[in-house]
Amino acid sequence: MSDWFTYQSEKTRLKVHFIYYIIKRNRRKETDGYTYMAYKDEQLHEEKVFKDPVHRYVHVKDRVIWDLISAPEFQRLRRIKQLGTTNLTFHGAEHSRFNHSLGVYEIVRRIISNFEGRPHWNSEERLLCLCAALLHDLGHGPFSHSFEKVFKLDHEYFTQQIILGDTTVNKILERVDKGFAQNVSDVIAKTYKDKLVVSLISSQIDADRMDYLQRDAYFTGVSYGHFDMERILRVMRPMEDQVVIKYTGMHAVEDYIMSRYQMYWQVYFHPVTRSAEVILSKILHRAKVLYEDTHYTFKLEPTHFLSFFNGNVDLKDYLKLDEGIVSYYFQLWQEEEDAILSDLCERFTNRRLFKYIEFNPNLQMNEWMELHRLFMQAGIDPDYYLVVDSSSDLPYDFYRPGEEEERLPIHLLMPNGELRELSRQSEIVESISGKKRTDHKLYFPNDLVEKMENSAMKERVEEILNGQGDVKNAN
Amino acid sequence: MLTNHAKLMQFFSVANEVTGRKKLQKMIYILQKCGLPFEEKYEFHFYGPYSEELTLRVEELCNLGFIQEKKEDKSNYFQYHYTITNDGEEFLHQFAMDMPEFSGQVEAMKGKSSRFLELVATMLYFDGLSPEENVAKVHTVKPKQKYTDEEIQEAQFFIKWLRH
Repeated sequence: MSDWFTYQSEKTRLKVHFIYYIIKRNRRKETDGYTYMAYKDEQLHEEKVFKDPVHRYVHVKDRVIWDLISAPEFQRLRRIKQLGTTNLTFHGAEHSRFNHSLGVYEIVRRIISNFEGRPHWNSEERLLCLCAALLHDLGHGPFSHSFEKVFKLDHEYFTQQIILGDTTVNKILERVDKGFAQNVSDVIAKTYKDKLVVSLISSQIDADRMDYLQRDAYFTGVSYGHFDMERILRVMRPMEDQVVIKYTGMHAVEDYIMSRYQMYWQVYFHPVTRSAEVILSKILHRAKVLYEDTHYTFKLEPTHFLSFFNGNVDLKDYLKLDEGIVSYYFQLWQEEEDAILSDLCERFTNRRLFKYIEFNPNLQMNEWMELHRLFMQAGIDPDYYLVVDSSSDLPYDFYRPGEEEERLPIHLLMPNGELRELSRQSEIVESISGKKRTDHKLYFPNDLVEKMENSAMKERVEEILNGQGDVKNAN
Repeated sequence: MLTNHAKLMQFFSVANEVTGRKKLQKMIYILQKCGLPFEEKYEFHFYGPYSEELTLRVEELCNLGFIQEKKEDKSNYFQYHYTITNDGEEFLHQFAMDMPEFSGQVEAMKGKSSRFLELVATMLYFDGLSPEENVAKVHTVKPKQKYTDEEIQEAQFFIKWLRH
């Protein structure tokens, strides 16, 4: 009996032992596998996909990309809208820089897989391209265009700081290879030695633009902005220092140029969005002026803005500021003593925007100066309430062929191997490129004009503002 | 209020005539790097620092009739010439900006080729680097221009002179 027991327990012991042995062996296999594979080549056990409304799926297989996406500096992009104040015009436009960054990565991934094996393409640059695509907008802050203008900042500088500074993103990139972070930063800054790599991320027809045009069209809900990207990707050809388009793909590119043109006028340059942007900039201006005024005390100390006001923004402060923080201040600054700051914040928060008229600073110079004077007399500070906004105040552009060696245009690869600038070959592109593309608008609060007490003054102001028909309702 | 436009008008008034968009791009950039308060945002492009904002603002000034653009067909490309108009002078009269004197720099740059100004602008773009790194970077980003040692030396000298 006892023997039987001994036998049974010995059997169990061996069984357990064997199982442990198998587990251990498998573990060793795994870790051994990793030590043989360099971090830069490491692949995820299973491909991960992100569902995306524009590209259907964003595919990730590289461990490095997966780790970068999880880095706090990249996750921060979820809290920054791609289109800033556009959601006050198109309520769907709530998409973030995070969505866009993944989209650009996906487009570059597809382009590269088409390029494999073609002449001029160096497959060693693959991971560098993917990282640069993913991280190209890393330095954007909340409403970055207005912040950059008011505080004289540059988001590209912060992109470099995040990539090269003491951050999780930097640690991941340096694990790939020493100096890899610097290369990623150079590609994004367009100063990397391989121009072909640079042109994938930024040129007149690059992954960045192809993603944002489609994504912004999708989320705003407008029906422009669509073009056949699949087709463009198929006709892209790598050359020594740029990507060119095989001539058979010209019509797809025409559509892309057209969509860029339409999106510019219909979405990016929308007068209502610009009205909100004007108010936003003026809030930042006013807050800075009050901060510099030693007699003024904020009810809510602008802690998060201090380094912006002082003009020495360090990386830690910069990374802390997101849209949530900004709207918190705008919300609470409505209670400030300063009438201008509280009024502007109330307008922005409740979307009580400025009205506008089309304005020609040359033909209407005298009227403009008269308005300025009348506003002052009425106690409405024209620095904050009579604002000219021009097309050049926007960060978007049209396609233009330009002068030789001014800026690199889109080139078609002709059957004889020659390169032709797009607008010389396409009449459609030529005619859009020649169009007048500038305008100026004058923004003002119509509600304050209506409340003017001096009726003669009010009449004159309205006469000037109505000089070219009814005042446009920017709401 | 249109202060950035007014600053550019001041430039066109000082320069009298500017030939070539590329040259214009590099001149404004170089002045910016000399501490003049032009605020156009520049990025590095194929041919050195380039500002889309400047391109558009100049187009605005043309469309407003403040400067005149003449287009010259050079068979495979166009070259543009810019001069200030009477309306432009009038605008400047109303909105004159308080700016430091820069006519000396503009005169000196007008006498240089756009290739040379491209080199100067590129060297200034990387002015955070040490002199050796700076030269190496210029060769990395512009291998095709094949700038000679003499040209680079001349550019270094020119930069010193501009900033003195």
